[in-house]
Amino acid sequence: MKYILLLIPCVLTLATPFYNSVEPQLLGFPFFYWFNLLLVPVSALFIYAASKVEGR
Amino acid sequence: MNVVATVVFVFFFLLVTVMGFWAARWKAGDLGKLDEWGLGGRQFGPWITWFLLGGDLYTAYTVIAVPALVYAMGAYGLFAVPYTVLIYPLVFVLMPRLWNVSARHGYVTAADFTYGRYGHKGLELVVAITGIVATMPYIALQLVGMEKVIQGLGFSSEGLMSHAPLTIAFIILALYTYTSGLRAPALIAFVKDIMIYVFVIAAVIIIPYQLGGFASIFAAASTAYTEAVAAAASATPPVNLSAGIILTPGQVVPFMTLALGSAFALFMYPHSLTGVLSSKDTKTIRFNAMTLPAYSLVLGLIALLGLMGRAAGLKLSNAQDVVPQLFLKMFPDWFVGFSFAAIAIGALVPAAVMSIGAANTFTRNIWRPFVNANMSAAQETDMAKLLSLIVKVGALAFIIFIPTKYAIDFQLLGGIVILQIFPAMVFGLYTRRIHGTPLFIGWVVGMALSIYLAWGPKWTPTWPTPLGFGVYIGLLTVVVNALVAVLLSLILPNTGADQTKPSDFEDGAKLPPHQQQPEPIL
Repeated sequence: MKYILLLIPCVLTLATPFYNSVEPQLLGFPFFYWFNLLLVPVSALFIYAASKVEGR
Repeated sequence: MNVVATVVFVFFFLLVTVMGFWAARWKAGDLGKLDEWGLGGRQFGPWITWFLLGGDLYTAYTVIAVPALVYAMGAYGLFAVPYTVLIYPLVFVLMPRLWNVSARHGYVTAADFTYGRYGHKGLELVVAITGIVATMPYIALQLVGMEKVIQGLGFSSEGLMSHAPLTIAFIILALYTYTSGLRAPALIAFVKDIMIYVFVIAAVIIIPYQLGGFASIFAAASTAYTEAVAAAASATPPVNLSAGIILTPGQVVPFMTLALGSAFALFMYPHSLTGVLSSKDTKTIRFNAMTLPAYSLVLGLIALLGLMGRAAGLKLSNAQDVVPQLFLKMFPDWFVGFSFAAIAIGALVPAAVMSIGAANTFTRNIWRPFVNANMSAAQETDMAKLLSLIVKVGALAFIIFIPTKYAIDFQLLGGIVILQIFPAMVFGLYTRRIHGTPLFIGWVVGMALSIYLAWGPKWTPTWPTPLGFGVYIGLLTVVVNALVAVLLSLILPNTGADQTKPSDFEDGAKLPPHQQQPEPIL
């Protein structure tokens, strides 16, 4: 479970062909940019969840 | 020369210099011992480690090299964001295991661990050399960053005297690293990180406001890239430039492999391991795996400064000037001075930690085992202090004699080198079925293949595969390296002593009594 939680942000991060586009835009940012920036806090949350699962 | 900016710049530079020398007394220990001088006594708690690692990992690479690549090529330079996302799941899984085994056996470097685990002296030697060689271009990148802001203040970039301000700054850095060890960059990291946060917040609010918002920045940058690509194609001889606000089809695989390869590489560097091993427990490391991404967000925002440079219409002959020139255009002189100081100090902290990491490695894994086996603790520390000076002089020579267009290539070539120790380190954290000699041969094959693929009129970090797409050489060669090690482990006899037992990697390691100190209140 811990490893699945850690793998999810990695897979999203390496799904480059999926996020390599301008649309849909958000607050003036092309998809490529806001998705990349959003990945940062999302990955931190997954790591936090993994640490909870690990029980430490 | 810009007088106001220079005065502010010098003020902050002097402030951190005083802090650097004073740091010797901070959390005082016996600086004649290597883990006191070189690991700050292994006593740094979650917050100090957060500032130290943040200050250590997010460097001139972040504030000069990445925006330069974005300015030159657009979206491609953003690979640094996925790179810094991928690091932390890896840190969370691998580094607590490494910390535990290192605390139980007193390991200070990567080569200490590989020797303890595999009992193979040749492997210890190549792991040590790899760390030192890969660190030099990374320190050189820090120097390029400092040089760019010093030039931005209006000092000449021509002639031999142009290196004088940089050389002075560097001598000061070398001296306080020599006297205070890891305590100096750990203390200065607080100032550095706060200054960088102020710099970034101001930049991502004020510059978009002046340029009419993010939507118009992306629109203007997109037009600028289209024009640049057209201009390059019609130049004589024509240049095939790939640039734009999203990746061209040919950039997708290089983008992914650069991100993944860089992420594998980062925590193999001596300076990153120094940051990890100087923490006081595994809770500190796990806490940092969750909280350090805050800096990755900062990195992503700084990367956008490259696009803002395009949108602001900067026409630069050297892309690495984009952040200094953008700030000179957009901000009053006093804030330019503050920001340039933030960048310069942001380069000093990692340069100090890198030279300490490389010096620890040389002393423990090259000098002691191969030259003088009977060094006292004090001699060992003296040797490391001297080496920290020599490594810095080497890096200085690097940039004075090797002119650079893209400093980021330094980091990527260093990454190819350091990746070759990844199999020995990571297999070793989980299994002894892969053993010393195969890992040594895997290293040789990986390194030879890397040099062969990177060699050319220009050293390039990516290689165009026959299948029609480029890949980051480091990721390709480390896979070959690991395959060789695994296959040969099936054939060759598994000899070599192992100091460790499986439970050594699990949580619960206690530091020796002299290193158990309560976390002081800051």
